Amino acid sequence: MNVEQISIFIENKSGRLAEITKVLGDAGVNIRALSLADTSDFGILRLIVNDRETAKQVLKERGFTVSKTEVVAVEVPDRPGGLSQILQALDRDQINVEYMYAFVERCGENAVIIFRFDETAKAISTLTKNGFTVLEGARLYAM
Amino acid sequence: MSYYNEEFETLPRQALEALQLKRLQATVARVCASVPFYRQSFDRAGITPDSVKSLADLQRLPFTLKQDMRDSYPYGLFAAPMEEIVRIHASSGTTGKPTVVGYTRKDIDTWSELMARSFAAAGVHRGDIIHNSYGYGLFTGGLGAHYGAEKLGASVIPMSGGNTKKQIMIMKDFGSTVLTCTPSYSLFMAEAAREEGVDFRQLKLHVGIFGAEPWSEAMRGEIEEKLNLCAIDIYGLSEIMGPGVAIECREAKKGLHIWEDHFIPEIIDPETGAVLPEGKLGELVITTITKEGIPLIRYRTRDITSLTYEPCACGRTHARLTRMTGRSDDMLIIRGVNVFPSQIESILMGIEGVEPHYVLIVDRKDNLDSLEVQVEVDERLFSDEIKVLQSLSQRIEKEIKDILGISCRVRLVEPQTITRSEGKAKRVIDNRKSS
Repeated sequence: MNVEQISIFIENKSGRLAEITKVLGDAGVNIRALSLADTSDFGILRLIVNDRETAKQVLKERGFTVSKTEVVAVEVPDRPGGLSQILQALDRDQINVEYMYAFVERCGENAVIIFRFDETAKAISTLTKNGFTVLEGARLYAM
Repeated sequence: MSYYNEEFETLPRQALEALQLKRLQATVARVCASVPFYRQSFDRAGITPDSVKSLADLQRLPFTLKQDMRDSYPYGLFAAPMEEIVRIHASSGTTGKPTVVGYTRKDIDTWSELMARSFAAAGVHRGDIIHNSYGYGLFTGGLGAHYGAEKLGASVIPMSGGNTKKQIMIMKDFGSTVLTCTPSYSLFMAEAAREEGVDFRQLKLHVGIFGAEPWSEAMRGEIEEKLNLCAIDIYGLSEIMGPGVAIECREAKKGLHIWEDHFIPEIIDPETGAVLPEGKLGELVITTITKEGIPLIRYRTRDITSLTYEPCACGRTHARLTRMTGRSDDMLIIRGVNVFPSQIESILMGIEGVEPHYVLIVDRKDNLDSLEVQVEVDERLFSDEIKVLQSLSQRIEKEIKDILGISCRVRLVEPQTITRSEGKAKRVIDNRKSS
């Protein structure tokens, strides 16, 4: 059910993103979605890629600190209020969203949003209970 | 509880101090009479042999520096004629000439006894088989441990360093029960044994006595786990004697007993030379009070430690030094506060239980010193959440402020950002010197 995200630590200095994307590109890894959180000193780059193992390996070889994180991909109706419905359902069950970002591809008529929750299992049960579609990792990487 | 010399190891404080004073007075008289360097430096300080009336007068005597030994190369500080010297050792001398030390027969006897006491404190007995991998030669480690082992009556295998495969074979076939070497070599052995298919749990080693280089509590844990033995810290330096100046007792493993009936320890502020009170971290200064070959008055070891006179579980009355945490040469003065890189290292270790790579960057902006602590974020520290990493750096800042009393800025950096040279990381960049 869960989706695996790769998180990378980067110092806030020029050329770091360029290097990461080049390393991944050279290894034939395709980035499916990304989000960058930053502070004045450092940032965390979060990626959904088609080939997690290769991505992790080539980045580690280049000295980057990389970790894997479980996230949840949810289909969101692509219309006004679509995302709000999901967030309201989560709020009712008091589930915190640590961060979220949009997936590049659409899934049929729907958009896809990647969520990082503090309680992943509980979040998935709330989402399915409320009729939302949670996407399998395998399906997402291949999209 | 096992002592080698119970009477002296457990001498009540008052009797110990009376003995120290008597021996200090004799040593001062000896160096005044026979070492021109001391005669001159005492003259300049207005000291005569009979001006030492109490142990407190020790503070009035001038220091002896490593440089003084170099300037007297090779035999200038010897206080005994060559007819009485039976052994000569020298320090490695990585910069310039080595420092040379000479021992009379009585000095060798004393050294052997103190090393035997050290073995006993570490839980070594007659019947133990001591695998001595300290180097034999000009370096004091090998022969120092060797003579102590024989004095104690244990069996000693004079391995010296190197040829690790053979070391493993002998350790296994000869049934070695005690290992003596540097802590880093013990881990190297553990690795070699693993490659040879030798399991340390199958060996008979019960204790390892490690010294001659600084090591951390974390490294102790690693050694004890990989070699399946109790790891004991020993301290010594050739200028003072060699190994066996101070050692941890097996009972407490909390601080190294310095044999006070032969050495008087002091802790000083490396910057001002002032003697610091019990418990304060500073540079260790040692006065030898029984040596004949080359007695040293207030020798500045440049090793950073602190001293406690609190009673110890083992019953020994001799003061304890905390684990050596660095060299005074590394000390920084930031906004008037003395800071040792090792203090920051232990704060970092305390926070995550790991030893991260770090570097201290000191600068001066608008006439005010600033300290930046760069910490490499490896997989153990990393999180995909900003708030976790931010609270990590805030915690480090707060701990440093609470413990050292200085504000600093912590910056998380990518691994390998911090320059490593010859396997050792460069810990301090002080930009104030160039500006």
